[in-house]
Amino acid sequence: MNWMDAVRGFADFAKRRQDGDYEVDDFGYDDDFTRSVMLPPLKLLAEKYFRIEVIGIENLPVDGPALLVANHSGTVAVDAVMTAAIVADRHPNHRPLRMLGADFVFDTPVLGPLARKTGSTLACAADAERLLRSGELVAVFPEGFKGVGKPFSQRYKLQRFGRGGFVSTALTTGAPIIPVSIVGAEEIYPLIGNIKPLARMLGIPYFPVTPTFPLLGLLGAIPLPSKWLIEFGDPIDTSGFDAESADDPMAVFDLTDQVRETIQQTLYRLLLQRGHPFLG
Amino acid sequence: MSRPNAAVVLVTGVTRFLGSSLAGRLAATGRRVIGVDAAVPDASARARLADAEFVRVDIRDPRIGGIIDAAGVTTVIHASASVAPVAAAARAMIKEMNVLGTMQLLAACARSETVESVVVRSTSAVYGGSPRDPAVFAEDTTPRAGPPTGPARDAADIEGYARSFARRRPDVQVAIPRFAEIIGPTVATPLTRYFSLSPAVPVALGHDARVQFVHEEDAVDLLEHLATTPFAGPVNVAGAGVLTLHQAIRLAGRVALPIPMQAMDAVSTALKLARIKGFSTQQLRLLTHGRVLDTTLLTQTVGFTPKYTTREAFESFAASLRSAA
Repeated sequence: MNWMDAVRGFADFAKRRQDGDYEVDDFGYDDDFTRSVMLPPLKLLAEKYFRIEVIGIENLPVDGPALLVANHSGTVAVDAVMTAAIVADRHPNHRPLRMLGADFVFDTPVLGPLARKTGSTLACAADAERLLRSGELVAVFPEGFKGVGKPFSQRYKLQRFGRGGFVSTALTTGAPIIPVSIVGAEEIYPLIGNIKPLARMLGIPYFPVTPTFPLLGLLGAIPLPSKWLIEFGDPIDTSGFDAESADDPMAVFDLTDQVRETIQQTLYRLLLQRGHPFLG
Repeated sequence: MSRPNAAVVLVTGVTRFLGSSLAGRLAATGRRVIGVDAAVPDASARARLADAEFVRVDIRDPRIGGIIDAAGVTTVIHASASVAPVAAAARAMIKEMNVLGTMQLLAACARSETVESVVVRSTSAVYGGSPRDPAVFAEDTTPRAGPPTGPARDAADIEGYARSFARRRPDVQVAIPRFAEIIGPTVATPLTRYFSLSPAVPVALGHDARVQFVHEEDAVDLLEHLATTPFAGPVNVAGAGVLTLHQAIRLAGRVALPIPMQAMDAVSTALKLARIKGFSTQQLRLLTHGRVLDTTLLTQTVGFTPKYTTREAFESFAASLRSAA
């Protein structure tokens, strides 16, 4: 019986946690916790609430390293969480997605340890290289706060792609770059304002104002049920570049631009394909 | 080093587990071993010293130079450098011993004509550990925020002295093992006391650090290995794998008691008033963000693989907690 298995599974999990009998890796990734506690509700959210349509999951390598580069939006980084949930669920090997996050995340109590437990680590070259060299699927959101925190009027317009650090890392390690285009996250919390003094006071990058938040309080923090599409694009091979290219600003810039353009064009195409943002 | 039996080894800190075990072990291989300490070893340390000679001398005392010259010491193992004070009251004294002692000892080595290799014990605390640092530290990682004040700062200073000694005496090989927290059934450190708190162990609310351990026997084995291996420079030493602080507390059969970081000083004071030892806010700060060491250099170049993983080392300590209870 299915529910019996579920109960037994949960009892086993609780016992393992009670005894401290589980494993975390060097970065703090806790596979047991992520798969038993985090992924089931996220999967539900992805399938039933955002009705995520996944395109090109076969572009992710079955094993071995790859650097996923995605657009970032939605006021809160729900898009990152959903992408990780989709990869863990739909990939034939159910691979964990190791995400690179802003240092603000790891500074924050509760959020910091949770991010590490679910496979994230600090967005720095050292960590990214180490993960790729050990053959992991790594995801990076080069727009950072400029992407998540942009006003609703700027939706689906890619922001600046940092300094191209992710490209250097891919070139150094020879890992393929996979452009990921996410449509739908822009509409979950339409950002119409930013209370800067409050953000400064709380030490957060911005304090979002949406049509429902903070007006409706916690109720306003419920994301709007937009229709999502996530496309994993064709891998860009980086093994052809020599070791020096990683330090060559022109090579890095070109490749950064190529990835950015690919994502931007895919976003426009997916937007047409989706139609209505909520009924789509 | 080609004639190990002709080697004369000086080991510091032989009243403690690490120094005494190491001295006894090296003496058993037929080397002449001189163990020094400012205090007299107790019965158990004396038993571990076995055939090693003991000289009661403070390493801050200029006589240490005389001992090195008279015995023709070839290898100096500074096992008492960067030890952590067990009690807060001993903090000033330990700092003085650690930092000034190392300075004096290295000055004596610099004047010596016989010393060929020096091993200075260090700690992974030199990496500090802030949320803005990479998850894993290699020997060449420069931490974002330098080591804070306190013992970590002292350890960084000690490494500084060791490096400048190595520059002044390029003919002497200087190895600097950076140990993760040493743990086991015998050693007593602030951390073993912390995990001994019963039944609840205070932790910072909303934080869960990654921690690594080295088993006490592995620590002794490594220092012995370094005494006979050509290797110079810093090297990370940690058992394979990682535990989280909460996980370690569960493995020790304790319960984690989350307390907001702001209230930690008050808790610390309350525990002190209740005469419960083994807890300090400073200790806890080190356990807020955690750090993990890359041990590639240790296993590949130095050629040493710890017998105990981080978890096995901790379980060995946890078993001793249970039998003591």
